Amino acid sequence: MSGSFRDPVVLRSDDEDLVDVLEERRHGSDLGFTFRTFSPPSCPAPSVSSSDLRQSVLDSLFLRHVAKEVAVETGSPLEMVMGDARSILEEMSQNLQLGFIRLMAFTLTKVFKKLFRSIFINMDGLNTLQQAVQENPVVLMPNHRSYVDFLIISYILFAFDLPVPVIAAGIPLAGMKIVGEILRRSGAFFIRRSIGSDKLYWAVLSEYVRTIIRKEFAPFEFYVEGLRSRTLKSLTPKLGMMHMVLEPFFKGEVFDITLVPISVSYDRVLEESLLAHELLGVPKPRESTAGLLKATRILQEDFGSMFVNFGCPLSVRSLCEGRIDRCRFNLRPRHVPQQPSADVQACVSWLAHLVVRLQEEGSVIGPWSLMCCQLLQNPVHVLTGDGLDWQQLSDGTVWSRRLAVDCGARLSWSGSVSDPDVMTSAAALHRSVVQRRRGRVYLLQGEEPERRRPIGSEDGVMRTAAAVLMLASYRNQALHVFVRPAMLAAALNVTRSRRREQLLGFFCFLQDVFSHEFIFVPGRSTQDFEEACFYLKKCGAVNIDDQEVTVPDSGLEVLSFLQKLLQPFIDSYQVVFRFFCEDGPQVFSEKQLLPAVRQFATKLILSGELHTYEALSSDTQKNVLSALRRLQAVTKLRASEQNEYKVNREAVRRTADVLAGKIPPQMLQATPDARL
Amino acid sequence: MASNSSGGGSSDRQRIARQRLSRIAGHLQRPADGSSAIVAAECKAHGSQADVPGEEKTVPRRRQEIMKWNGWGYSDSRFFFNKKGQAEFTGRRYRLSGLIIPGLKDWFESTFGASLQHKTPATPILNSSAVQPPTLNEAFVEELKSTGIPLSHDAEDRVFRAHGHCLHEIFALREGKFGRVPDMVVWPNCHNDVVKIVELACKHNVCLIPYGGGTSVSSALECPPEETRSIVSLDTSQMNRILWIDEKNLTAHVEAGIVGQDLERLLNESGYCTGHEPDSMEFSSLGGWVATRASGMKKNVYGNIEDLVVHVKMVTPQGVIEKSCQGPRMSTGPDVHHFIMGSEGTLGVVTEVTMKIRPMPEYQKYGSVVFPNFEQGVACLREVARQRCAPASIRLMDNEQFKFGHALKPQVSSIFTSFLDGLKKFYITKFKGFDPNRLCVATLLFEGDREKVLQHEKQVYDIAAKFGGLAAGEDNGQRGYMLTFVIAYLRDLGMDYYVIGESFETSVPWDRVLDICRNVKARIIRECKDKGVQFSPLSTCRVTQTYDAGACVYFYFAFNYRGLSDPVHVYEQVEHAAREEILANGGSLSHHHGVGKLRKEWMRDTISKVGMGMLKSVKDYVDPNNIFGNRNLL
Repeated sequence: MSGSFRDPVVLRSDDEDLVDVLEERRHGSDLGFTFRTFSPPSCPAPSVSSSDLRQSVLDSLFLRHVAKEVAVETGSPLEMVMGDARSILEEMSQNLQLGFIRLMAFTLTKVFKKLFRSIFINMDGLNTLQQAVQENPVVLMPNHRSYVDFLIISYILFAFDLPVPVIAAGIPLAGMKIVGEILRRSGAFFIRRSIGSDKLYWAVLSEYVRTIIRKEFAPFEFYVEGLRSRTLKSLTPKLGMMHMVLEPFFKGEVFDITLVPISVSYDRVLEESLLAHELLGVPKPRESTAGLLKATRILQEDFGSMFVNFGCPLSVRSLCEGRIDRCRFNLRPRHVPQQPSADVQACVSWLAHLVVRLQEEGSVIGPWSLMCCQLLQNPVHVLTGDGLDWQQLSDGTVWSRRLAVDCGARLSWSGSVSDPDVMTSAAALHRSVVQRRRGRVYLLQGEEPERRRPIGSEDGVMRTAAAVLMLASYRNQALHVFVRPAMLAAALNVTRSRRREQLLGFFCFLQDVFSHEFIFVPGRSTQDFEEACFYLKKCGAVNIDDQEVTVPDSGLEVLSFLQKLLQPFIDSYQVVFRFFCEDGPQVFSEKQLLPAVRQFATKLILSGELHTYEALSSDTQKNVLSALRRLQAVTKLRASEQNEYKVNREAVRRTADVLAGKIPPQMLQATPDARL
Repeated sequence: MASNSSGGGSSDRQRIARQRLSRIAGHLQRPADGSSAIVAAECKAHGSQADVPGEEKTVPRRRQEIMKWNGWGYSDSRFFFNKKGQAEFTGRRYRLSGLIIPGLKDWFESTFGASLQHKTPATPILNSSAVQPPTLNEAFVEELKSTGIPLSHDAEDRVFRAHGHCLHEIFALREGKFGRVPDMVVWPNCHNDVVKIVELACKHNVCLIPYGGGTSVSSALECPPEETRSIVSLDTSQMNRILWIDEKNLTAHVEAGIVGQDLERLLNESGYCTGHEPDSMEFSSLGGWVATRASGMKKNVYGNIEDLVVHVKMVTPQGVIEKSCQGPRMSTGPDVHHFIMGSEGTLGVVTEVTMKIRPMPEYQKYGSVVFPNFEQGVACLREVARQRCAPASIRLMDNEQFKFGHALKPQVSSIFTSFLDGLKKFYITKFKGFDPNRLCVATLLFEGDREKVLQHEKQVYDIAAKFGGLAAGEDNGQRGYMLTFVIAYLRDLGMDYYVIGESFETSVPWDRVLDICRNVKARIIRECKDKGVQFSPLSTCRVTQTYDAGACVYFYFAFNYRGLSDPVHVYEQVEHAAREEILANGGSLSHHHGVGKLRKEWMRDTISKVGMGMLKSVKDYVDPNNIFGNRNLL
């Protein structure tokens, strides 16, 4: 598989390949930059105006076909359905204009210069992209960590004379006064959040996307994760848009499609505290222009650097070789909608996961992420109480830096500054979360936003949790490097076995349980296991022969570090399992579940039974639910309108027992269908 | 029934025939003057093996007397670069013969990155000692000799019938390499000869491989290397008479070994034609057309072979199969003709065919239309097909092929012509704003009475205008058709300079024409790059036939193989990939070249397992001992 075992790289800011986009802006004229000649290499096809694009969607046989079906189903006249389609399209449509790109470039230059010290991009990635845009339709697939990413790709492409993309965005952005329109004219098109079973909407959207791909007039950009990750961890990819994007290739309407994974990483994320609170159930503020203006106060703060890594372009054609039988589309007109077959679904899912994995591999890990890994090895009450010895933290961080490099991480760790200075500056950047006093480091608890009620013990838990979740999210930025070795470490610890087969069994079980927590490319379990073995062996933590994996004493430190990294997740999952088995109702809706679990976990934390605050994160809770559904321990009720689920307590208990090492994983697979 | 019917009309007709011949196929051999009357003779194989005195045969038994043994066509006709580096075409048979083609060298060098300095000449003479000695079935030979049917074990004769014109076949011959070749060649003179040969082959368990014109491009003529029996090549070329013409029903009964140019010439002399003109018509035979489901350039007026055939006689190991009458259509279960058409020599030998004939058209006119791009061109062809007003032939060449055709322009004699050419070019590219790297050209051929042709022409040009097409003259049209006749000669020239290539075809529904053209061409280019081909290949296509529900697309693919250790293998891998791409894009396995052994691997997917079973069971019944053992198709 391409790119999965990349050589470990330590990025240094003095790296020749890395270029700071802001550097030139700080010296040159912003107006000059805004109004310079923009002459990107041409895309494979000539440009298409947004009204022509809309018209060809409306004229498409596919849309007409679906519109006729909708007309028959709803009993309304075809013209009316087509009228609806037209207004959907108007609501959705982008209106890319160079003038607005210039405006965007001007504004963003001002904002970025305030927010960031530098924005690093890898020039080799940009150069290969420059080649790729001239050959096939290009799909830019960045991860989404902050609202700031939204136009960063367009900004960079404009700055380097590459064609500016059309971007899929959520409809709330369109609702922002003026800003929505500016985004639209900068190439954004807007998609409703919950489309559900609105057939016409699906049809318009998918034809719109396919037409953009087919016409090849501009790169297409979308977030395969579907939304902003609240945890800074990659999200399980959403497949709907991916299907739409790939279909023109499956049906032979384009020769190939180039996917470009793009990784955006931050030293410090603008919304860090908002995200943590959202995870604890505080609703996210609505996107509004007024809100945006209010947020301008953050312009005073320092957010360190931003890294944008353009990954190696992937050829969909080469990747799909042997996975898809394209002949299956031969016997029907291509505009007649067809349920994707199993091989197509599997292939799309595989590709989407692969891209997210490559995003992970391309992302840059800063010193702060490693420091958070170290901090979270300690009990929370130590961090909030006596604090952690600074020397211990910095030694640990330097130690884990080696480990990270051994496991193939891309680090940004300045070589021109001494290690202690690097860490001091990282801690200073994050002074809203940690404080360094008299050689010790303390976790700062967030200020209470509402002080109407007296502070109860539960509020205290929430305040601590918010701070812990902030640390956790920076740790998460580094987790993809460690997760596979950590799962092997957990397998060694839980099973107490040395036999490869058994370890692999437990490893695969963990992949099943954590299928929504971490990104695993489907069908690669064995390779993932081998990869974990390879890295642990490389850093001297284990010895491996054909049959066995043995642990030398010198390896215990690494294994213990890795295992502790994974422990909060295992503990959180066990809490939710316990909730289902003990407290929870047999039938519940997602809306009821989250507060109930949060309450349950809070109680356990207060009683001292539970040590990790991460169990309070709604993200973790949702992931457990998805995993249990996947393991068929929880089933969705068909008849239910409000997403109700039914629990099979026996199955949940068995899963919990396997995770605790009480029964071997094979037992789980042998269970009869949980739905019965 | 007979031929040279009544009086004065005939010389008139002959004059028209000649005129027409020189128009459409000035490149075809002119008939030897003198009487080449149609003979309704009885089978004359017995006793004398001599040909009827005075009768000039286009295809003699010893083909090597007039044709190349390791290349395409007549020995006297070939391209070469003269001392000045200009391309010339030798001989006197074709319009291009004796002319200098000034643009070819530049096109050749810039398209392929080839150089006249780097030559790869072919082995000049056939080395008979390198040919395996024949494995003969003595008993069979003895009995066959007693029938008086001519036969030969001569190495040259055998090598000549061991191949078609696939790239790998010609490449091997040029290197003087021979694989398994037939052990013997027989030349039956008539249907009854064939019956005797097949009977004896069954009796002595000898493998028979029918041979018609030898123009196969599907490895159909290759001897299966695993065949241990004696292999006998059954050459039908001497069965080349028109047995009768039926002017009431407009049919002709013809022996199946006749080659296309003879059939047309002889019918023309009586004022008729079949109108069946596949690109290989100089050499390919009627029996071969039937056995491969051939298609002719003018099928829009005359139909493909399956539309033209009224009655077929085929000799099989189980006996002779034929229908009892000549009804124009029958509802008598599945049409048994369809077991014969496309059987590719696996079931028996087609010996006689009754074919539809038509009076010769009064008037013919070439034409051409330039489109700003290929998409517009395809849209125009689709519209022409929708309105069912396609001329006798309509073809759309892509930009690369347009340039290729342009490079074949012979030296113009007058300054005026070149001035006119310049003006035309200026008008199209500058005044009309066509991009010379995107424009493409459709070539047209109209046939019928003068008035109707002119009317028809206007209708087609009007449609073309709606798609941005500009009429571009008769000359361009005619040159477009010439390209198809000389392309095989050009391949030999390329092979002298490290360039190898071939053509292949498919048929595809209208909505996928553009996609298949783009994807297959791109796939070829990508595969070449992946396989280490140093220079970007020539990868070009044209839409050559239109149907109600789709079109036939023809691809040319060639590349410079300098630096490759096994160019033929690379070529085959790329062609294989291109075929996969065709199938993945909804194209068929073949429109008219057939399956042979080259495309066998895709047959099951193409016609389903049950379909394969049906064909197999027919084979098992008709030829249980696999006497017709060329192993094509299944």
